[in-house]
Amino acid sequence: MNAVSPQLDRRFRDAAAAEGLLDVAYDLVDSPVGPLLVAVSERGLCRIAFDPEGQLDGLARAYGRRVLRSARPVDPVRRQLDEYFEGVRHDFELPLDLTVSGFNAQVLAELALVPYGETTTYGTLAARSGRPKAARAVGTVMHNNPVPIVLPCHRVVGSTGSLTGYGGGLETKRFLLELEHGGATLF
Amino acid sequence: MMEAVAVPPFERFYEEHRDAVFGLLARRLGRARAEDAFQETFLRALRGYGRLEHGRHLRAWVLTIAERIAIDDYRRPAPVPTELPDAEAPPEPTPAYAELADLTDGLPPTERAAVVLRYGYDLPYDQIGRALGSSEEAARQAASSGVRRLRKEGAR
Repeated sequence: MNAVSPQLDRRFRDAAAAEGLLDVAYDLVDSPVGPLLVAVSERGLCRIAFDPEGQLDGLARAYGRRVLRSARPVDPVRRQLDEYFEGVRHDFELPLDLTVSGFNAQVLAELALVPYGETTTYGTLAARSGRPKAARAVGTVMHNNPVPIVLPCHRVVGSTGSLTGYGGGLETKRFLLELEHGGATLF
Repeated sequence: MMEAVAVPPFERFYEEHRDAVFGLLARRLGRARAEDAFQETFLRALRGYGRLEHGRHLRAWVLTIAERIAIDDYRRPAPVPTELPDAEAPPEPTPAYAELADLTDGLPPTERAAVVLRYGYDLPYDQIGRALGSSEEAARQAASSGVRRLRKEGAR
C-alpha cells in the first residue's frame, strides 16, 4: 500500500509554509470550548471558527486558493489561546489580517477596546462607532466577527444584561465571560 | 461553452491526489527516493496553483508534474560512492516511463498523456479517463491513436 506517511505529510506541509507558498495556513486548535479552526496569512490572523466545516472555500475566496493545513504558522496563535484559556493572558498580541471595511471595520476596532473581564452592549458599541441607532447592525457585525475570542464579541451583551446570542453558542459565551471573571458564575 | 470548474482550495486538491502521486513515484523510484520527489511535486504544484484558470484535469496535471520530476530524478547522476564500486554491478535499466517520455515528445498532449499513463505507468483506462477528465473509452481511443501515430513516425 503506497499511502503517504504522516511524517512525509507533515514534512510537505512544513515546507510549503517555510517556503512562503501559502495564502493561508490553518490548523485545528484544541480548546475548552471545542476544536477551533485557526487560519493565518503571512500578514496576520485571518480567522477563528467554532465550526471548522466549510471554512476553506471562504478563506480561499478572501485570501487566495493556496489554503493548506500547516501547524507551524499557527503556533503563535495556539500559544496565546492556550494562555488565554489558562487565565494567564488577558490581551492578545497578534497582528490581524482581516478583509472588512467601512462600518464593520469601525465596529471591530471599537470592539477590540472592550477590556478583559468587562462587558458592553450592542447599543453602546453602535454609539462609539458613530451610529447610535445601529445596535442591530452591530449585532450582525458581531455575528460575522472573523476572529472571535481575539476580538471579544463575547463581551457584548443585550441592554438588559442578557447574553443575547453568540456564534459559538450561548454556552461558550457564558464560559468565556466566567473565565474572565476568574470562574465565578455570572449568568 | 464549457461550464467553469472552480479550482478548489489547495488542501482539498492535495488530499484528493496525494496518495496517487506518491503511489506513482514509489513505483518508479522506490519509497525512499519517492519521498523527496513527492515533496517537490506538490511544492511545484503549489507554485503554479494560483495561476490555474479552471479546475478540470487536476489529477492529470499533478501526475504530469510527478512524471517530470521522476524523470529528472532518474536522470540525475548517482551520488559519488564512498566505497569502491562493484565492478560486476549491471547498469540500471532505463524505466519504461522514461523511454516513453522521450519517444512520445511529438504527440498531441492528450494522446501523449494517455500513452504514457497506459504503457509507462500501467494505469487502467478508467483511471486514465478520469485523470484526463474524459471517459474510459476516450482514453482508450487516445492511447490507440497515439500508438498508431508513433508506429507511423517510426516507419518513416
